[in-house]
Amino acid sequence: MSLAATNLGFGYRDRRVGSGVTLELAPGEVLCLLGPNGSGKTTLFKTLLGLLPPQDGTVLIDGRDARTLPRDAIARQISYVPQAHGAFFPYTVRELVLMGRTAHLGLFAAPSARDHAAAMAAIERMGIAHLADTIYTQVSGGECQLALIARALAQEARVVIMDEPTANLDFGNQVRVLERIRTLAGEGIGVLLSTHDPDHAFLCADRAAMLHEGRLMACGTPTEVMTAVNLRQLYGVEIAVTAVALTQGGTRNVCLPLGIAR
Amino acid sequence: MNSSGIPGGRAPGLIIVAAILALIIIVAIAFSVGRYPIAVGDLLRVIWAWLGGAAHGLDPTIETVVLQIRGPRVIAALLVGASLAAAGAAYQNLFRNPLVSPDILGVSAGAAVGAVLGIFLSLGIVAIQSMALAGGLAAVALVYVVARAVRGHDPLLVLVLAGVVLGSLLGAFVALMKYLADPYNQLPAITFWLLGSLASVDPRDLWIAGPLMLAGLLPLWLLRWRINVLSLDDEEARALGVATVRIRVAVIVGATLMTSAAVAISGVIGWIGLVIPHFARLLTGPDFSRLLPVSVLLGAGFLVAVDTLARSIANIEVPLGVLTAFIGTPLFLWQLATARRSWQ
Repeated sequence: MSLAATNLGFGYRDRRVGSGVTLELAPGEVLCLLGPNGSGKTTLFKTLLGLLPPQDGTVLIDGRDARTLPRDAIARQISYVPQAHGAFFPYTVRELVLMGRTAHLGLFAAPSARDHAAAMAAIERMGIAHLADTIYTQVSGGECQLALIARALAQEARVVIMDEPTANLDFGNQVRVLERIRTLAGEGIGVLLSTHDPDHAFLCADRAAMLHEGRLMACGTPTEVMTAVNLRQLYGVEIAVTAVALTQGGTRNVCLPLGIAR
Repeated sequence: MNSSGIPGGRAPGLIIVAAILALIIIVAIAFSVGRYPIAVGDLLRVIWAWLGGAAHGLDPTIETVVLQIRGPRVIAALLVGASLAAAGAAYQNLFRNPLVSPDILGVSAGAAVGAVLGIFLSLGIVAIQSMALAGGLAAVALVYVVARAVRGHDPLLVLVLAGVVLGSLLGAFVALMKYLADPYNQLPAITFWLLGSLASVDPRDLWIAGPLMLAGLLPLWLLRWRINVLSLDDEEARALGVATVRIRVAVIVGATLMTSAAVAISGVIGWIGLVIPHFARLLTGPDFSRLLPVSVLLGAGFLVAVDTLARSIANIEVPLGVLTAFIGTPLFLWQLATARRSWQ
């Protein structure tokens, strides 16, 4: 299973957001998408998910044009983790995750024992079993994000697209989410995520891509893409990329903003 | 797996059994109470005889009251209450808003225009009911077509706006016909119809309205899981594999069929479709596969109870629409003030 976009133009009926995006995601790969606010990350994701029709080019899901696939067939291949949000009705975490099984259910069916088990397994994998019967709207932002990821796992898709999965999370929860993303990739799931923290690309990504004004500015390994020059062009501020020696041994690349005078 | 087997589940089996028991008691009281009181024992014997058992050997008046007068009325109340509550529950999920009632897409306004036009033209009762049914269906169809024609906005918002706008236009049409109607014959009939009543229900009505209501309930029940998912954000529901446009149409068709059939035989009865799903959600949680049956049972029981009051608390019939508002409003406010929130 792979996800491939070729020369993709995307946007809304009366507004073009981006164009010329060619992108591929292989199984077990984590691709981190960076881009400033309004650069079109969410719109691109929605187009890849088939929620918006492409304005140009094609989205291929496992080699088939997304426009020819029915909704539930797409959902069995790609799951979506939107930004953490409130629900309109007070479903429990278990009920919310169970909704991830929808694409595997017949039109008139309700979840079976197997679906309940799959949902519970996904909840346990995200380490939130103690919250299963808590009202989803009453859990914290981090737990809410973990519940949404659990729902995507219950969907059993081979590709997961996550829209800023670390937004609004405290530092510990950010790290926990990134760790789980690596675990998923280890199981052969392809993960495409967006983030506002360039360090996350170094921490969890196999490849990084930069979306600038609707165009793919750079795409490659994190060390290739995440250069001071590229980051300055992307965000319009001076950023140093430097290797830090860890006391445990080895080095890590980190991004540091330079413009803050003190 | 039975969902009651889930630890921490909200024991839906128990709630449904309790609701059924309460409904049976309310129905028994409804049969017994009235200008001609009937003992529960006599009631059971008449029903047993009607079912083909031993002859009851009672005063034939009792049989007439049970089978000809109160029977159809109680069954009509059950059907109308259940339909309005089920349609309300479905719409609240569909529009992701607990303050939505089955009237939101103009079904009652359309039915009112149909019925009022029928009365205005001095048609017979069957024709009036048919026009009410057709008016309700036509109004919602028109709202849907108008909303589809407006592109580039949130589809649900456009649908609600189209419903509100068309509803007030149809309301103006009703007002015009009231103004033009004969004030001695037609105007009282129009006013009476608009206030809602089950006093003139005929057993034959039930054979038409009943199947229509069941036909409307069927898609709501079959699609119960998809309807749950539909209560999330639209794009999220689609990403989870739901063909939202098609499911939405099926829900609107089902709910409209139920509401139109209900309004056609009872006139306009407000509050049930708004308040009852609220109470049901408090008992069951938001899961539609539990919410729908409990809404149906509570709606049926509530309208039988209110209709029994309507015909027994005063020497004249109290209009149902008035009574549901008098009872529904304080219940609703009490629930708002005390209960845990059933929505966000």
